[in-house]
Amino acid sequence: MNRIRVFVPRDSAALAVGADEVAARIAALAPAEVEIVRNGSRGMLWLEPLVEVETPLGRVAYGPVAPGDVPSLIEAGFLQGDEHPLLVGITDRLPWLKSQERLTFARVGITDPLSLADYEAHGGLAGWRQAQSLPPAAIVQQVLDSGLRGRGGAAFPAGIKWQTVAAAQAPQKYVVCNADEGDSGTYADRMLMEGDPFLLIEGMAIAGLATGATRGYVYVRSEYPHAIATLREAVASARGAGLLGPHFELEVRKAAGSYVCGEETAMLESLEGRRGIVRAKPPLPALQGLFGQPTVINNVLTFAAVPTVLAKGPLAYRDFGMGRSRGTLPFQLAGNVRRGGLVEKAFGVTLRELMFDYGGGTASGRPLKAAQVGGPLGAYLPESQWDLPLDYEAYAAVGAVVGHGGIVMHDDRADMARLARYAMEFCAIESCGKCTPCRIGSTRGVEVVDRIAAADPQLRPQQVKLLRDLCDTMLHGSLCAMGGMTPYPVLSALNHYPEDFGIAAPGRAAA
Amino acid sequence: MRDPSTPRQQEVLLATPSELRDRIRQLGKPAARADDPRLAQVHAILSELGAQPGPLLPVLHAVQDAFGCIPPELVGPIAEGLNLSRAEVHGVITYYHHFRSEPAGRHVLEVCRAESCQAMGSEALWHEACAGLGLPAGGGTTVDGALTLEPVYCLGLCAQSPAAMLDGHPHARLDTGRMSSLVARSVEAA
Repeated sequence: MNRIRVFVPRDSAALAVGADEVAARIAALAPAEVEIVRNGSRGMLWLEPLVEVETPLGRVAYGPVAPGDVPSLIEAGFLQGDEHPLLVGITDRLPWLKSQERLTFARVGITDPLSLADYEAHGGLAGWRQAQSLPPAAIVQQVLDSGLRGRGGAAFPAGIKWQTVAAAQAPQKYVVCNADEGDSGTYADRMLMEGDPFLLIEGMAIAGLATGATRGYVYVRSEYPHAIATLREAVASARGAGLLGPHFELEVRKAAGSYVCGEETAMLESLEGRRGIVRAKPPLPALQGLFGQPTVINNVLTFAAVPTVLAKGPLAYRDFGMGRSRGTLPFQLAGNVRRGGLVEKAFGVTLRELMFDYGGGTASGRPLKAAQVGGPLGAYLPESQWDLPLDYEAYAAVGAVVGHGGIVMHDDRADMARLARYAMEFCAIESCGKCTPCRIGSTRGVEVVDRIAAADPQLRPQQVKLLRDLCDTMLHGSLCAMGGMTPYPVLSALNHYPEDFGIAAPGRAAA
Repeated sequence: MRDPSTPRQQEVLLATPSELRDRIRQLGKPAARADDPRLAQVHAILSELGAQPGPLLPVLHAVQDAFGCIPPELVGPIAEGLNLSRAEVHGVITYYHHFRSEPAGRHVLEVCRAESCQAMGSEALWHEACAGLGLPAGGGTTVDGALTLEPVYCLGLCAQSPAAMLDGHPHARLDTGRMSSLVARSVEAA
């Protein structure tokens, strides 16, 4: 008889809620013809561990499965896709998944992340083959035509960066992937590295072809041990299969827990073996980057979008999105959310759709108060802004950022003044110390927020003015986004939730 | 003025400038004895990883993986092996949160205190854990050396906050009960 395939994710998010124990239990109790595949996560993280069984109707999902549920699942006939209280349905028909536009995450959760054969069977390597048949300038042109912008947060057009590196003359050029995903509320890079590592490798190899770079580095944060292990295994297989080799060597480098190393020049310093101190720009890394050589630096999701652009054509990619924000962004629902997970949608979707239609509101069941979009340096958005389309320009217009697409939801118990203080405190802990506005400003910021809380109500306006002045200095005087964007969460909290600071609402100026 | 003929001064004066520089460099610095068995391991790590471009972080990770920390007395040999100054190596070790100069407890519990976990009550969990272990509000290592409790700023498990990592294994959807069982498990297993 045919083997029955059962899928139990190996993604950290599944491991964190007992997926290994569930897999071991199934292996111990199921008949011998059952094969357990350790796939990536489908992104429905509230259902993890999500166990799927292959049936003639498609894959049938059960979740969240605790180790103790396994005997009853087997008894109920889950290996044939039969009814059980944990039955979710046929995975591909679940509205939560079906309504997404999964380009980058098309394979994540479906394939075995470390099987190159599985990768190819599901459309992998098509972009790389296409790139090999093109002259380098044509590859760069396709990336330009796709409208792809950096997914790490800064949203700089990827094709222009690639063009600059391709045009530079140097004995050695580099491709560096920034996988230092330190923003709270973001986990798409981690899910991709753990769930479809070959896609990142393929994207970087294409960048090598396009720019003439023959060495690449992936700089992964040390808080992601499973992503590092998965990537290293995938790099070894890719070398065996010829995707990597003398034409393009790739190394996975483990970071060491410094948030500011997510800033590209600090990351270069770290890769070179120094403290992660931000460099002044210019020179641009595209001209003088790693070891002083021309370097393409992109985020995981930027590289991971490239194979799709090459395989399906730049215009197919460009068809998604709105305005100057083209393609899709894998949004990440986090914090106080009922159905948290990864939602890949074209730009233009609204926060309300994501947080309520997909997220189902708060986990606590209490009213939603604020959503921080774009990580610790992103603004807090009040309800009046939840209907804005998620688009880089539309968000910039209200003093917010789309960033890396992380959305952290807070219910009505959140104290926005405390969160503003935390933003300053985080900056003080993580500042590299090179520029004064960030190094000193963040510490003064904590003090001022404390004084606002403690002050006699009559003296409060004076302290609030001081905080605004300080934010202005940090915003305009800092060397990089660490100090330069810490004012976003602080000012948005102050502007939209003044009552939490003990002051009456003034004119609601945009942050 | 000291008598220049005292033995100590003479010894210094007889040194070549580079020897002098080395001695000054060693003043008051902890140094591993030549027969320290850890030196052989450091040299093996250096010969495996030292030749690549930008080798310092990979070398420091390997040293910390081998000894549980980067002992101050090994900083000199690492610096020498990579042709760096001791100050450069020391600066890197102390800059990055991940590197430690003293060994951690037998188990390490990293509890996320970033925004997403805060939105799900991680601050209360953190303070309960500190109080339960008799640690200050910033965390630390228990007196018996069983457990090190540390804050971490995001583990990428933000849809299942609050989250923590025990000895490199992720745990999510924590509450008081699950958190205290994690703590109890590591304190007992120690």
